[in-house]
Amino acid sequence: MEMERQETYDIMAVCLLAGKIMLQSGAETYRVEDTMMRIAASFGAHQSHPYVTPTGILFSVEGDEPTKTKLIRIIERTTDLEKVASVNGISRKISAGEYTIEEAYKQLKKISESGSPYSLWIHVLAAAISSGCFLIMFQGSWGDFFPALITGGLGFLSLLYFHQLVPIKFFSEFSASLLIGLQALFFVTTGIGEELDKIIIGSVMPLVPGLLITNAVRDLMAGHLISGLAKGADAFLTAFAIGAGIAVTFSFF
Amino acid sequence: MTIFEQLITSFIASAAFVIIFNGPKRSLFHCGLVGMIGWILYFLLEANGVDMVLATVIASFSIAIASQYFAKKYKTPVIIYSVAGIIPLVPGGIAYNAMRNFVQNDYNLAINLAAKAFMISGSIAIGLVFSEVINQIIRKSKLKTIVNKSQ
Repeated sequence: MEMERQETYDIMAVCLLAGKIMLQSGAETYRVEDTMMRIAASFGAHQSHPYVTPTGILFSVEGDEPTKTKLIRIIERTTDLEKVASVNGISRKISAGEYTIEEAYKQLKKISESGSPYSLWIHVLAAAISSGCFLIMFQGSWGDFFPALITGGLGFLSLLYFHQLVPIKFFSEFSASLLIGLQALFFVTTGIGEELDKIIIGSVMPLVPGLLITNAVRDLMAGHLISGLAKGADAFLTAFAIGAGIAVTFSFF
Repeated sequence: MTIFEQLITSFIASAAFVIIFNGPKRSLFHCGLVGMIGWILYFLLEANGVDMVLATVIASFSIAIASQYFAKKYKTPVIIYSVAGIIPLVPGGIAYNAMRNFVQNDYNLAINLAAKAFMISGSIAIGLVFSEVINQIIRKSKLKTIVNKSQ
């Protein structure tokens, strides 16, 4: 009896760790719930109920003994698709019976402690290049490519910096987009850039909450109403922060 | 020339976005491809006078199909590919113009543009969900046996 109880708790620990990593890395709610249930089922806990919201996970496993329930709180959320893919891979292997509970926990722990696959500078470089490319995609002229490159790169860098300084998302997004607006204004008034609008739109793209919007709608359609609404609110707030930052720039203009 | 330019920039922009989202290195190329397919479809449709909303639905539908194909082939979550593909379609430009008009006190135009941005983000979602529904119908219908045999 005691052994069995311990094993149920171990299964729950593995499921919760997997769910936590996925949720923190920006996976859709249904994927998190599905993965947790699959892992629990392949370890022998066939009756399990995960309840996933963007800010916490409730998980209960039913068996012969009284139902066990655990709760974990999720505070920090980032986007890390590599981790989502890795946890997905591990869950596949667990379903195929390749891992014991202990091994699975160790593997998951390794993923949760691993850092980003790209360095900070690669991130900034990617943001800069994508800003330049978006400018061309939105029918900007090649003359504005370079200003957009710099504005987008510095804007993204400042987003990361401000987020580190004050861990309030709204503030860092507002400041970053304000900085983008000011830089674009600088380039246009000095004559290096031509179209203010195009430069700003291109440079703001790395901040746009595209992943959040997509996830919000998918969650809503899948019936995860609370997660969907919460993510939608998050996306709206981000969009508002960006818009407000740019709006302040216009008041100088 | 314009199309060539658009193909290359949309490919690079989508792949760069996967880097920003810490996506797996091995899927960078495929993500770029998905983004390129979606954007070029949207671009061509819009250039030929198709309504923006309809063009977005068609583009996001094809993005979702391409992502599901890659996801199945490489056993990775769909979201990695679809996010990269959708980013170029997000109505950042229209939302920006809406915001700008709000600030400049032209509320009529601003509301117009905001409604348009809302419609376009809704149609991105519809395209995605639509293809997912079709995918599930195919999975559950009798076609499953045929697909299994051919594999």
